[in-house]
Amino acid sequence: MVLYLANSSLDARTVGWSMYDGTSQKRYMPGDADEPPYPNGLEALKDGWRLFQASQLVDRNQGDEFRLGHLKYEFFFEKMVDCD
Amino acid sequence: MTDSIRLTTTQAAFFAANGYIELTSVVPESLNRRFIDAMNAGDRREDGSPENLAKLSHLGRLIAESDIPAVPAGTPLYDALGVGTVLGDIVRLPKIQGAIESLVGSNCLLDHHFVHVANGPRAYGNNPQVSQHLHQDSTIDPRVFTFDIQLFYFPHEVTQEMGGTRFVPGTHLRIVSESSVARYQNMLGQRHISCPAGTVFVMHHGIWHGGEVNRTNLTRFLYKLRLNPTEPQVRLWDTTDLLGQESQQRPIFFVKERPDPESVASILTRPLPWFENDTGRIEYIQRIRFWRKLIGDQSFDADYWATRLECDPCSFGA
Repeated sequence: MVLYLANSSLDARTVGWSMYDGTSQKRYMPGDADEPPYPNGLEALKDGWRLFQASQLVDRNQGDEFRLGHLKYEFFFEKMVDCD
Repeated sequence: MTDSIRLTTTQAAFFAANGYIELTSVVPESLNRRFIDAMNAGDRREDGSPENLAKLSHLGRLIAESDIPAVPAGTPLYDALGVGTVLGDIVRLPKIQGAIESLVGSNCLLDHHFVHVANGPRAYGNNPQVSQHLHQDSTIDPRVFTFDIQLFYFPHEVTQEMGGTRFVPGTHLRIVSESSVARYQNMLGQRHISCPAGTVFVMHHGIWHGGEVNRTNLTRFLYKLRLNPTEPQVRLWDTTDLLGQESQQRPIFFVKERPDPESVASILTRPLPWFENDTGRIEYIQRIRFWRKLIGDQSFDADYWATRLECDPCSFGA
């Protein structure tokens, strides 16, 4: 699960999200939900997801302060489940 | 055809902030029918029969053989799509022509056009299909506030089950490289187009979007037309309602009356659900800079976002 949060804090609100199920129990796809699975990253932790990567905080180079591109606050989570 | 109906300043500001204009049912049913007939697609039913599957497998060829012309890239729009042809008559509808003129001018060029076809599950033997990844069209585009537009024309009703185009309003000012945003499956505030027949969305070229799965047994069509400007995109819309809105600051934070929600400043500083806390404010600044370009007035500001950054007494006389 990838959550995109409103700022660098894990308890900031979720503004974007993606789900990938390696067990093949469910096929997620673009545009499949309009409400996030968790309102923020902390709630995901409470539900058993393990955070294993967060985007770095990168200072802007001079002259590049206002350029907009990808979402900044990306958090990768995983959850192990039993499957036959 | 009557004279074109250009966008108002409120509509132009909405486009600057959100990256699209929605023209609901702007194409009359008679033209929708002519367009579908021109594509040899009068019967959109998909029943899974061998005959039907054979027809669907040849749909691309049928469209290629249709009255939709192949146009060399860069041809002037109104030369490419002549009066009396179905597409020529569509782009000359007053509201569509007015939107085109308001955003890319009267002498714009036809970059390319295409008919997108989304088949339902029976066309794939009921094997599950997935929606298209989020992307920006073409390639990374570093132009600073010069923009192309793309018309998304839906010639028949599109229901949620048909999976019209998904897009994220307000993403158009972000410079990314085509499908580098594909990792984002969902964003707050995303829209899934469902609309009555004859609806046209006029999109900024940079808007993040993707086609969605068609879960019905009716073929879905989308005609997409990209246009390039050939003139500065400055005050091309109907600016009779622009006077007085350009450079007047208003109280911010501590206010005693609710600001006019239809003012340009309000439209340009209205957040979208997916905005991050910090870059959401940079979005305001980029919208302000975009609006400055559109009105040809570098003194314009909304809620002081640009002015305070430009206030640097130490640089005076330097």
